[in-house]
Amino acid sequence: MSWDSWIPLLVIASSLLPGLIIFGLAEERVRLRTTLNLLGAVSKLALVGLMLWGVFHEHHYETRLALLPGLELVLRAGPLALLFVTLSTVLWLLTTVYAIGYLEGSPHRSRFFGFFSLCVTATVGVALAGNLITFVLFYELLTLSTYPLVVHRGTDVARRAGQTYLIYTVVGGALLLLGTAWLYTLTGNLEFTPRGFVGHLGPEHGPVLVIIFALLIAGLGVKAALVPLHGWLPQAMVAPAPVSALLHAVAVVKAGAFGIIRVVYEVFGVEFAAGLGVMQPLAWLAAFTIIYGSIRALFQDDLKRRLAFSTVSQVSYIVLGVAIAGPIATIGGIVHLVHQGLMKITLFFCAGNLAETLGVHKISDMNGAGRRMPWTMAAFTVGALGMIGAPPIAGFISKWYLGQGALETGQGWVILVLAGSSLLNAAYFLPIVHRAWFREPPAEWPDEHDFGRKETAWALLLPPMVTALLALGAGLLASTPFSPLEWARLVAQREFYGP
Amino acid sequence: MDVLFSEIPWGPVLILLPLAGGIACFLFPASAKPLGLLTVALVGLAVVGLGWQLLGHGVYHHAVGGWGAPLGIDLAADGLSLLMLAMTALVGFGVSLYATGYFKPADSVRFWPLWLLLLGALNALFLSGDLFNLYVTLELVGLAAVALTALQGGRDALTGAMRYLLATLLGSLLYLLGVALLYHGFGTVDLALLSERVMPSPVAWAALGLMSAGLILKTALFPLHFWLPPAHASAPAPVSAVLSALVVKASFYILLRLWLAIFADISEGVAALFGLLGAGAVLWGSLQALRQTRVKLLVAYSTVAQIGYLFLVYPLASGMGVTAWSAMAYLAFSHALAKAAMFLAAGNLMYFGGHDRIADLDRVVQRLPLTAGAFALAGVSIMGLPPSGGFNGKWLLLQAALTQGRWDIVGIILLGGLLAAGYIFKVLGNTFTQAPKTHEPISVPARMQWAAMLLAAGAILVGFLASPFLALVGVGDPFNVGGLRP
Repeated sequence: MSWDSWIPLLVIASSLLPGLIIFGLAEERVRLRTTLNLLGAVSKLALVGLMLWGVFHEHHYETRLALLPGLELVLRAGPLALLFVTLSTVLWLLTTVYAIGYLEGSPHRSRFFGFFSLCVTATVGVALAGNLITFVLFYELLTLSTYPLVVHRGTDVARRAGQTYLIYTVVGGALLLLGTAWLYTLTGNLEFTPRGFVGHLGPEHGPVLVIIFALLIAGLGVKAALVPLHGWLPQAMVAPAPVSALLHAVAVVKAGAFGIIRVVYEVFGVEFAAGLGVMQPLAWLAAFTIIYGSIRALFQDDLKRRLAFSTVSQVSYIVLGVAIAGPIATIGGIVHLVHQGLMKITLFFCAGNLAETLGVHKISDMNGAGRRMPWTMAAFTVGALGMIGAPPIAGFISKWYLGQGALETGQGWVILVLAGSSLLNAAYFLPIVHRAWFREPPAEWPDEHDFGRKETAWALLLPPMVTALLALGAGLLASTPFSPLEWARLVAQREFYGP
Repeated sequence: MDVLFSEIPWGPVLILLPLAGGIACFLFPASAKPLGLLTVALVGLAVVGLGWQLLGHGVYHHAVGGWGAPLGIDLAADGLSLLMLAMTALVGFGVSLYATGYFKPADSVRFWPLWLLLLGALNALFLSGDLFNLYVTLELVGLAAVALTALQGGRDALTGAMRYLLATLLGSLLYLLGVALLYHGFGTVDLALLSERVMPSPVAWAALGLMSAGLILKTALFPLHFWLPPAHASAPAPVSAVLSALVVKASFYILLRLWLAIFADISEGVAALFGLLGAGAVLWGSLQALRQTRVKLLVAYSTVAQIGYLFLVYPLASGMGVTAWSAMAYLAFSHALAKAAMFLAAGNLMYFGGHDRIADLDRVVQRLPLTAGAFALAGVSIMGLPPSGGFNGKWLLLQAALTQGRWDIVGIILLGGLLAAGYIFKVLGNTFTQAPKTHEPISVPARMQWAAMLLAAGAILVGFLASPFLALVGVGDPFNVGGLRP
């Protein structure tokens, strides 16, 4: 094996090993734990940077290990994989910093950071998986490693949320497994291939392939929170803020959406899937989820719950982009994987800051929060405007490409969905922004902590600032090389619609 | 190295070593622990030696005392025997390590001789190539197991042990009747010879019925599982581990051998019946496990369910023999490791908290993270989630079922996995609850926690070792119907 074939494995190891060591650390070894965490995150970032450069120049990074008879564990860094890996690696570093600040002094931190690292390991594995069985393996590992994080607080509410999460994800996992095994008995192959690997099957397999497609999408749709499989996500917001960030932006819902991209483009192939007649229903489902999530978000007073329903809605933009089945919409969908991550993590960080600093959980308590915490709320505002789709923030780019793509394939109704959703987004985000900046703050906050001259701790303030800037940058500098948009173009060009 | 390994007759060593160790433990009770542990470790080395020999020279045969079959006693081993021996050695070592910390001195003195007797009997059983030896070793296994169940006395343990004794004696008796019929009908008890001589006839069918019934009773296949939960749940933790992981597999192994050598060709419809009972076991065992309020009973019912999977293989074997039997090998092996780990973990919880009521476990599990981790890892394999040996088994089984279009079995496999997730998280959910400290715990020695952890990690690790695992199991082509021929 050459060096190149070790790098994907090293990327996995860079969070797995620190995680395993952290499990064994005593609770009070704060410094060592922090060092390990940051060391893992930074070295992963360096490795990913190396691979980005390499893949851009057409290097191949691939690890293959025997797994089952006829099947291998394949880790391959293609352009699409790297898009997701880079997103989760960058956000993992920031979330780690945030979590260190957020959990300071709370119990069970070794357990928390151990599972936190495992969770990122699983996510990176999902991203790098070069065939469906490897994907399934890491997808299940992701379920198992996030459950302890969801129930971390140990309250009754948390346990119930964890139970709901498990029921949804374990059943989803079983469907995914069934679809995968069935596909394997049909094709004898599970390797992700540009334009899919089921195309050679004759038309007599059509109905079976439709069922398999439905099984796979159902299994993945649970994590991607497609309605009606989204029930776990709003409940899971009882978890600590860094975990919410992880669920909503870095790992879980993204793994589901990413899986759908893989299944559509590299298992079935988008033309073949369209030929089966499954893309149109998927598009309708995504559109329905977008509108439904937004409407539900309107009626939530709990900030994190509103954000959760917003995620339900926003993640389906990715699915919609995939389902429209045209090159431009595809770019819009996969770039939204990154954009939504940057914006949503900003919002969750800010929600966490409000809760930790002021004890504010409800939107109705947020009057004047911008005056007390200007930097936090500035970041929040950037995220919120981006979600609405205001230029020049990243969200605008996604919506623009989705709309263009829909027109290109002659599906004008999508424009209506996008416009309606943008209006709804504005309707549930702008009042928050208005409250925070233009209403008088209350005489006393519910549970205020004093941080001296700063508005809150550095570790809590920096991550949302950085992610807000990244969201802004991804929009402003969209056409520079290595921007998410340009990389998404590269993905579409090389992996989906290439020669 | 190779010369050394191939010269030693590993078969007799594997049987005599634990027996000698058991006698030594009995004679020198003061040093029973180190002697016992040493014996088990040496047995492990001997299995490695046998494996080496098998890889180099194919199927192993040893005529005890120079008298071959049909007059003398033949020891034989192929990949399947090796699988069972390796499973026994691994679980045996984990359990022995655990037992050095678990038993009070008075119990320890009784435990080690009995356990080593059981180990020797198990090894002998897996090395036997004829029906009568299998009977003798099966009886030895059963008696030693019953004695171990009753080790600590107490009403529950004695009742459980009594039911177990009756079930196991009845099972052996039925089996023996079958042996007598076959001997009468075909003039030999050697499996290899029988496989050539047996033809479809009333004698053979009667033998099939009697032996299957007896062995199914001893394997605790639904609906003949009634004796297992009380016996396995009331025994001391290391004994429960051995019973669930190894002892039920012994009778299963005999049934499998009989099937492969004699019955597969003459038994219309029996495979389907086995499959049906297996499906019943998976559902019933899992549902019962979900209902339990005590950890050990939950784990015991989980064994009932997992045995069901092993029988789901029979109806699939006619179409996709090797895939289906490989699935069985994987399921049996990883279940042994995972289930032993679970019982040891449950033992730690009881040792620490003085009870195993699931509802009151919260604080207990939280303060034993290593044990909780072992339970969780073992659970991953039992649920059949990747990466684990349990997953590999389930995947292969799914392949066999899907290829043959057996949707009923596919459904059972998936449903069984979901139910397993249900009962395992019923225990694990308590790991994260915040609850007040209510009692003064007894601290658990580190090696007891690590024993559970190592076994559980083994169940996970074997999921990554598919090709060497299947290569070893495949030595001598045991799953080709009529196997274990010279």
